[in-house]
Amino acid sequence: MKNLYGFWGAREKVMGGVFLFSAIFSILALGTITVFLFVSGVPFIAKTGFAKFIFGSDWAPLADNSSYGIFPMIVASLYVTALSVIIGISIGLLTAIALYKFCPRKLVAPVKQMIGLLAGIPSVIFGLFGMTVIVPFVRDYVSPTGVGYGILSASLVLGIMILPTVVSVSLDSLNSVSNTFYEGALALGATREQATFKIMLPAAKSGILAGVVLAIGRAIGETMAVIMVIGGSPEMPESLFQSVRTLTANIAMGALELQDDALSALIATGVVLFVFTLILNISFSLLKKDSSDKERRGAKK
Amino acid sequence: MRKLYSSLKYVCIFALVISLIALVAVIAYVLINGVDKLSVDLLFGDYKDTPSILPAFIGTLQLVGIAAVIAVPIGVASAIFLVEYTNNKGKLVKTVQIATETLAGIPSIVYGLFGYLIFVVAFGWGYSMLAGGITLAIMILPTIVRSTQESLLSVQGGLREGAYALGTSKVRTIFKIVLPSASGGIVTAIILAIGRVVSESAVLILTIGMVVNKVPETLMSSGTSLALDIYYFASHGYPDEAAGAAVVLLIFVMILNLLAGFIGNLIRKSTYGDAK
Amino acid sequence: MNEFIGSMDITAKGCNLYYGDFHALKDINIEIPEKQVTALIGPSGCGKSTFLKIFNRMNDLVEGCRIEGEYRIGGVDIFDKETDVNVLRKNVGMVFQKPNPFPMSIYDNIAFAPRTFGIKKKRELDEIVEKSLRRASIWDEVKDRLRGNALGMSGGQQQRLCIARSLAASPKVLLMDEPTSALDPISTGKIEELMEELKKDLTIVIVTHNMQQATRIADKTAFFLLGELVEYGNTDDIFSSPVDRRTERYITGRFG
Repeated sequence: MKNLYGFWGAREKVMGGVFLFSAIFSILALGTITVFLFVSGVPFIAKTGFAKFIFGSDWAPLADNSSYGIFPMIVASLYVTALSVIIGISIGLLTAIALYKFCPRKLVAPVKQMIGLLAGIPSVIFGLFGMTVIVPFVRDYVSPTGVGYGILSASLVLGIMILPTVVSVSLDSLNSVSNTFYEGALALGATREQATFKIMLPAAKSGILAGVVLAIGRAIGETMAVIMVIGGSPEMPESLFQSVRTLTANIAMGALELQDDALSALIATGVVLFVFTLILNISFSLLKKDSSDKERRGAKK
Repeated sequence: MRKLYSSLKYVCIFALVISLIALVAVIAYVLINGVDKLSVDLLFGDYKDTPSILPAFIGTLQLVGIAAVIAVPIGVASAIFLVEYTNNKGKLVKTVQIATETLAGIPSIVYGLFGYLIFVVAFGWGYSMLAGGITLAIMILPTIVRSTQESLLSVQGGLREGAYALGTSKVRTIFKIVLPSASGGIVTAIILAIGRVVSESAVLILTIGMVVNKVPETLMSSGTSLALDIYYFASHGYPDEAAGAAVVLLIFVMILNLLAGFIGNLIRKSTYGDAK
Repeated sequence: MNEFIGSMDITAKGCNLYYGDFHALKDINIEIPEKQVTALIGPSGCGKSTFLKIFNRMNDLVEGCRIEGEYRIGGVDIFDKETDVNVLRKNVGMVFQKPNPFPMSIYDNIAFAPRTFGIKKKRELDEIVEKSLRRASIWDEVKDRLRGNALGMSGGQQQRLCIARSLAASPKVLLMDEPTSALDPISTGKIEELMEELKKDLTIVIVTHNMQQATRIADKTAFFLLGELVEYGNTDDIFSSPVDRRTERYITGRFG
């Protein structure tokens, strides 16, 4: 008996240590990623000059007199993100509202399941779809310049891609609002539509906003679907129908021509992207905290 | 006013229809356009004369294997610590929570850069399946931690008490009672995470080298994956092969996603009987 | 390492228990004799369940819980450094208010504790499983479906299964925390009969809300109020001629 317990005590301690180490692993991984990126990227930014790197409009790493300005990519990233989020959020939110109250009950479960399934489609498939369907369509029927690649195509592809996320997050936050509000509004003589738009939607606001931030994060960080439809020229975006580069595309496309300084420039681009996503992350967790606080308060009452 | 709102209702329904059409169009297009591009050579060829996705298929399985072997034990153990040892509150839990949430938000191309810097360059492995697999493992870790945490939290407290009251040690309670009771949810999460590994491509551009025509000899060899193959074919003038490979990838991922819920429920039924 | 051998009487001296700032149990002294049923009664929140859980140290799991005093079972100090909490719990079984069978087969539920303590042989396990189920008088109902999931049983059966599961660890003391409050009268009757049987070899301490139950099954009864032990004695005396006014008021149903 005695031995058994001695063995147990040791095993308990060892396993506890293993669990603890695993829990800390995420922190270590995040720390390593941050340190590696900053150590390899920041000196390059300093060498080039912060303003010149961020606001320089010339990207020519392979030229004799090489220059590294990523402003065009930042601008392109912001354009693509903004446009795709507008497309994705407006359609996605309206879809979620339709699923919430204006759709035959029987349809809701299967449609939700299907949308969940669609959230799992690999981005490279969206990229292929964009490349072979959307880009030619934009080129032939929309573009005044005859160029299909560019911000509009990328935004359409990304807009479709983030739809499932937006729909499910919005629907979840609508569903988490207590139904008593809805019933209360109906009891006061509001129509179903009024109750939904004037009561439920504002009540679900912070949850939906968190979904928006999540969608922005996915759009700004997406690489594969974008590089297949964006064209790839490191030029300042002046039109929706012009071959440009986003930050992510800059890294991926440059990856094929990795060389000393060019490589550091890509890493530095990664640092900028990383900082963008950190900011998004922080705002996301603030919003989420806000919404769960509200829910808790609501539940107490 | 009433009219305005009831017309908004139709706008919503219109948006629902648009969403469904858009998403179904992607799937339908990929399947219909790609099915007739599939051939024996493309699927099982040795990539001597014509392109084949066999190396990519094997590469994908290798990546899944590496990522799962690393991320599943660490992720599950991490969640066990957070839920069973700290009651899911306290400073450490908060820090880990923030770390996993931040990791979850990092774009995959940044993971790719990191994998390139540390495994390909600093460790001197060069482009290799191992570099890609480990990077993917770190990428899917947050998802596994979070879903496992949820599954563990949903296990009734009474079961733990019951086990402790019999003189069962904490570790044995975790392995014999808590984990089996939560296994349905955990398995679902793992399969979904594998789906993400299969879908991922941006990480791999920078870590495994996109060598499309050879089956990787060892895990230290460079190679490719199904998703990466699609990008390669599409951007190097093989549209038919890209379309064919897309069918295979799409079906692969869909099966994984469907399987995730199905197998999870199956396990739940076998642990809880028909009672739950 | 302390082992539990010999007599199984329970003593608590100078028992004080705090949840954070809340003083939940106040200066309790009690001696519980072995091989009898002792009932702890009192209104909700009086601390009787908390007191019960001291004896298998289940309060260790509760955050912010602080315990003072000396507690002995069969003479062994249960909070002593040399006392392994798992050995203590093996010897002091517990049945909970809500039946909590593990999500596994009936057989595996019963075999859980023996396996924990290193018994691997199938023949030995079979024997323990049958014996434990018989002692909990549920063998005849389940012998044909030992491999079936325990969660498929009725609530009353589940509770008797949980008793059998405790018995399989061959405990010397059985703590029961309102074991019948979630059950129908017939199941309750079966469990009460069972306790009569079990007290031949076991010290049983039961928390109950039901005073009729206490009079039916308990040899001794302790009345708790607001964290204090108000009165303790033979059940007959407590219910026929209580010394303390508060006890009298409670058993005559004037509060609680």
